[in-house]
Amino acid sequence: MAENVRDRVIAIIAEQAFLEPADVTPEKTLEDLGVDSLGLVESIFAIEEAFDISVPFNANAPQDSSFDISNVGAIVAAVEGLLEEQA
Amino acid sequence: MKRVAITGAGTINALGHSVPETLEAMREGRCGIGPIDIRDVERLSVQIGGQVRGYDQESAFNRQQIALYDKFTQFALLAAREAIGQAGLDFTGDLANRSGVVLGTAAGGMNTWDDNYRVVYEEGKNRVHPFVVPKLMNNAAASHISMEFNLKGPSFSVSTACASSNHAMGQAFQLVRSGASPVMITGGSEAMLTFGGVKAWEGLRVMSKDACRPFSANRNGMVQGEGAAVFVFEDYEHAKARGATILAEVIGFAMTSDASDIVMPSAKGAARAMSGALQDAQIDGSEVGYINAHGTGTAANDKTECAAVADVFQAHADRLMISSTKSMHGHLIGGTGAVELLACIMALRDGIIAPTIGYEEPDPECALDVVPNEAREARVDVALSNAFAFGGLNAVLALRRAP
Repeated sequence: MAENVRDRVIAIIAEQAFLEPADVTPEKTLEDLGVDSLGLVESIFAIEEAFDISVPFNANAPQDSSFDISNVGAIVAAVEGLLEEQA
Repeated sequence: MKRVAITGAGTINALGHSVPETLEAMREGRCGIGPIDIRDVERLSVQIGGQVRGYDQESAFNRQQIALYDKFTQFALLAAREAIGQAGLDFTGDLANRSGVVLGTAAGGMNTWDDNYRVVYEEGKNRVHPFVVPKLMNNAAASHISMEFNLKGPSFSVSTACASSNHAMGQAFQLVRSGASPVMITGGSEAMLTFGGVKAWEGLRVMSKDACRPFSANRNGMVQGEGAAVFVFEDYEHAKARGATILAEVIGFAMTSDASDIVMPSAKGAARAMSGALQDAQIDGSEVGYINAHGTGTAANDKTECAAVADVFQAHADRLMISSTKSMHGHLIGGTGAVELLACIMALRDGIIAPTIGYEEPDPECALDVVPNEAREARVDVALSNAFAFGGLNAVLALRRAP
């Protein structure tokens, strides 16, 4: 399951970044990948739809959100956390 | 070129059902934002807004009118009745033929769209009311004002998201200034507090769930409002000749396009619109005492707007006052600039500056005098009203105290 979540999140981000999933590595930030604020909001929407979860995220204060978007690995971990919480 | 006087004002919004009620609320720094009462509100993640309270359509309109008027048209008509009543104008003959109405709205008849989509999609019905199209069209409010008051000159609607009202009033200003129309009825109206309207805004994740706190470091987004404001823009000599009371004078207008991003604002585009308005009014920035900010309470707008003000006004930026009344009435989207023009009139005519309420923590990126939390008395000669829309379309009006 964990592996699967990671692959699916990476696929969503890769699609936004117009990159191959192999290039979307855990240490990369969204900025590194060229994903802007609209791309981020769209990625979060896609994650919510893919996993049927609700992601607490306000674009005005991303740093205050409990959903960590500091890099790809953090996003994967945050989605796993939400899946556990909202299971 | 003609000079342009404002000889009437009307409104209905979360702060009141008239101009005096609204200005009193602004003076008192009262908040009109609270829990919204709309169908399916429990399915929304954002459940607050600047909703018009105690609204009773039956007391203002008859059954046939209600069948034809979406809420945004009703709001516009109520505001127009107050404005034209105050101006004391009766449109007949040549005056009627040359006077018109230009109104801003972003969504038009959103309640009509929402209600009828429910009928066909949710309830599965295959028939809708015959007046759906004439109710929902964006120009319905402008047309009904023209019919109620016999305005037969240039009449149309303007839709530029959050700058709709300012673009509309800019058009009206130019029509009167050029001599094309002796009188233009103008402003904006919006009734987007519907399930679909709020749900759409939720998607962007820029909405606050608790309050609109423009310029405050802890701001966390915008809050939607609803309502309308309508003004009478009149050829100054025409107004003077008939002894009309002049609320303020419109002296300049400018519009620019950022040509960069569909949602992110640009300080350059905003600055060009403000300096353009000063240039159009042929005044120096140092004459401006008050700016009614676009001030949405989002992270992006407020810092960009403050940077633009600092850029345009240089050292004078620290002397002028800038406040966002959206903290009280919410963001009326296409109607917002019109309601906010009331704060400019209050500053110029009454010498009272409406506050930015909900201000809790200074933000170094918004280090201007934002008139926090309490209204202030000050003599102001010139005021600007800013509107910066999604799509990068900016519109700024400049007003002067009536002589």
